[in-house]
Amino acid sequence: MAELKTETITLNMGPQHPSTHGVLRLELVLDGEIVLEVKPVIGYLHRCFEKHAEAMTYPQVVPYVDRMDYLASMNNELGYAVAVERLCGIKIPEKVEYIRVIMAELNRIASHLVALGTYGLDAGAFTPFLYCFIDREKILEIFEITCGARLLYNYIWVGGLSHDITPNFKEKVLEFVKVFRPRIKELNDLLSFNKIFIERTANVGVLPPEVAINAGTSGPTLRGSGVNFDLRKNDPYSIYDRFDFKVIVGNGEMGTVGDSWDRYMVRVWEMEESCKIIEQAIELMPAEGNVQEAVPKRIKPPVGEIYARTETPRGELGFYIISDGTNYPVRVKARGPAFCNLSALPLMSKGCMIADLVVILGSIDIVLGEIDR
Amino acid sequence: MFDYLTSLLGDLNIIAYFIVPVPALLFVSIFTLFAVLAERKISAYMQDRYGPNRTGKGILQTVADMAKLIQKEFISPSHADRWLFELAPFIVFASVFMGYAVIPFATVYVGTDLNLGLFYFFAITSLSVIGILIAGWASHNKYTLIGAMRSAAQIVSYEIPAVLSALTVVMFAGTLSMQSIVVAQSGGIHNWYVFGGPGDVSRILMIPFMAASCLIFFIATLAETNRTPFDIPEGESEIVAGFNLEYSGMKFAFFFFAEYSQMFAVAAVLSTLFLGGWQSPFGNLIPVLNTPLFQIFWFLLKGLLIVYVQMWLRWTLPRLRVDQLMTMCWKYLIPITLIIVLIVGFYLVIR
Amino acid sequence: MNSNEIYNLLKSFFPDAVIDYKDDKPVEPYIIVSAKEIDKICLFLRDEENLQFDYLSCLSSVDYDNDNLAAVYNLYSFVHNHKLNIKVIVPKSDPVIKTVSSVWNTANWHEREAYDLMGIIFDEHPDFRRILLPDDWEGYPLRKDYKVQEFYNGMKVPY
Repeated sequence: MAELKTETITLNMGPQHPSTHGVLRLELVLDGEIVLEVKPVIGYLHRCFEKHAEAMTYPQVVPYVDRMDYLASMNNELGYAVAVERLCGIKIPEKVEYIRVIMAELNRIASHLVALGTYGLDAGAFTPFLYCFIDREKILEIFEITCGARLLYNYIWVGGLSHDITPNFKEKVLEFVKVFRPRIKELNDLLSFNKIFIERTANVGVLPPEVAINAGTSGPTLRGSGVNFDLRKNDPYSIYDRFDFKVIVGNGEMGTVGDSWDRYMVRVWEMEESCKIIEQAIELMPAEGNVQEAVPKRIKPPVGEIYARTETPRGELGFYIISDGTNYPVRVKARGPAFCNLSALPLMSKGCMIADLVVILGSIDIVLGEIDR
Repeated sequence: MFDYLTSLLGDLNIIAYFIVPVPALLFVSIFTLFAVLAERKISAYMQDRYGPNRTGKGILQTVADMAKLIQKEFISPSHADRWLFELAPFIVFASVFMGYAVIPFATVYVGTDLNLGLFYFFAITSLSVIGILIAGWASHNKYTLIGAMRSAAQIVSYEIPAVLSALTVVMFAGTLSMQSIVVAQSGGIHNWYVFGGPGDVSRILMIPFMAASCLIFFIATLAETNRTPFDIPEGESEIVAGFNLEYSGMKFAFFFFAEYSQMFAVAAVLSTLFLGGWQSPFGNLIPVLNTPLFQIFWFLLKGLLIVYVQMWLRWTLPRLRVDQLMTMCWKYLIPITLIIVLIVGFYLVIR
Repeated sequence: MNSNEIYNLLKSFFPDAVIDYKDDKPVEPYIIVSAKEIDKICLFLRDEENLQFDYLSCLSSVDYDNDNLAAVYNLYSFVHNHKLNIKVIVPKSDPVIKTVSSVWNTANWHEREAYDLMGIIFDEHPDFRRILLPDDWEGYPLRKDYKVQEFYNGMKVPY
């Protein structure tokens, strides 16, 4: 019997698509439903951040850094501030450090809520998305009371903060944490342990740990593959070494280690750990302190260069800054975690179907602002 | 109703043919109008938000939607096959509406009481597959083609468990005529087929099997109407609306009309077969509840309850992937229904 | 191991490829390496028992305003928990560096970005084309002497 001649279709999941989390284009080569090849095409959101940064002074770069990963702005600003402060040797007051940590962890929870909600939406469950956004609304309210903005804050400056916290900050944050913990359980009951969801995500998009390390992934994508690596513990910056929290690692509970369910579950339990950090920080935070006292009038770092990395909700954000002694940087290179995580997508999606591709893409949790800068 | 009209009109019988479908058509239109609104409101309350509440406190929302869709431009893709493209929505809607001909609303109103009623229903609603395939192919678009293929595979496969579970009821009742199946369930809630049908105490043995049969029928018809968790053909997040991607305006509205009508049609058939149709649950205890007015009330109540459960499931569960859908049908549902048919057959022979 | 020890180890294995070691504080120490041998050195760094740099954190491209371009590699080792910075300096007239994407998969996209924005050419790269900018863009924007092109496909670029 002669071989049936079949052809492969080249399909374009174009820049405008409900599931590609931003303007990402995927060129797929399909054989029926099976995906043979995936080629991500990026650059639709390129805003020349690095070229702009060379024309700005160091404090003026902070709003640009915000807009890279717009769902976790506090973490981006923290990364940049840590890098410049290390280069200049600025010492930060205690109160500022604690507030920075609280803001960064709150933003981590907010970013994970978006990731989980939209992941449910990709799999076809419409309701968890709205439940996640109800909680996120409470966090954004706290941010708005503190610095006036809901999404892009310009709050963590080099050397301090832009505004002090309001008197009711502590109660609001503790109240949020108290209300939020049972909501994680509700989300688990609704989505995480739902049989249909498990069938959609377990054993899909398996990323072995050696491949993950070689491809430069970081954050929940790397931890979901079983590698115990969290920059807050392995390479501590700011005051993270004072807090007691667990590093969540994927363990292949519902399928193989490193599948999409593991990556998703790492994010869910990380929200719980962030709650712990926030409670500890609120307790240890000193009541007195001027948040603006260490902000220098003019930032002129010594001649040198530095590569500083911090842990954002998506992974390792690195800033490579070269300074030549003036108040304008020579080079600011931002290494976005989603850039490296997305480059591992072709390695994860060999032989899957289109529906699986959407699920894998959702589990990597990309934000195009950080990929394209 | 048909006989009543013919006796009234005498020689002008032909007019009766045009009057009889009118109540069903009216009902379908009004139902769709409110079903769209109900879906949005129910989903909103489940998601902790308000639904549409601006247009006349929300009730006139669908009217506003219809008005908007009617005045939209007819965009058709330049390479689309013109005639097939225009024809597809009408085929889908017509095949679904023709199914309403055999559904008994009350003792006085059933479109036509065919003695092959159930068989006709399944046969006619399968024609909607043709409409969907035409829609997918004629749009000349890779996405719609993929959507249409998936949909055709899904609907054709899930016909089998649906028919097999309906077969269990037919074995009990001994007839395919829908009106007779409902009449056989008279006498109160304990006589409904989901609880084993009329008969002696030994039918308690049959309750788990008939209940399972009812559940499988529900799942299989949910898959036929392309509702979540089986809505891969209209998978919004992946292939952006699937086979009805290229449709805009009134034709798009027709696909939705067809989907909601089919939802009620299968809910009506499920309540006819398993839940006693227009029979009151109190049986002969309260005779006033057996008059035609109340029969329509019971029928609508049961049908709408099932529609509510269908909507509830849509907003709770994620969707199944295409191969998991097929696995569930061929590897799980069909063997289970075959076993149930076997067991029911044995029971009937022994009784 | 700190950077000085690694430098000595490397120098003993690759005497002519390893060029220099800069350690003036507050600069983070870095090792300057030749462009043609970079992939052999990186393979050694990844596979050698005591070093095992299995993670390429970042590959940046730099434009020193003196006719030289550079590529900076920030490496990290999961096994031994130590870091290393490597620099490759090439002249603007002939900016060719051997690719390391066969050693670390991360380098694939990072090198494409370095080519796209700075114009450094990576030899034997498996998929060598622009990544962020459109394929038919002229020039390399991140260079200090970059002049924006007047027209792109009929649209006026500077506004």
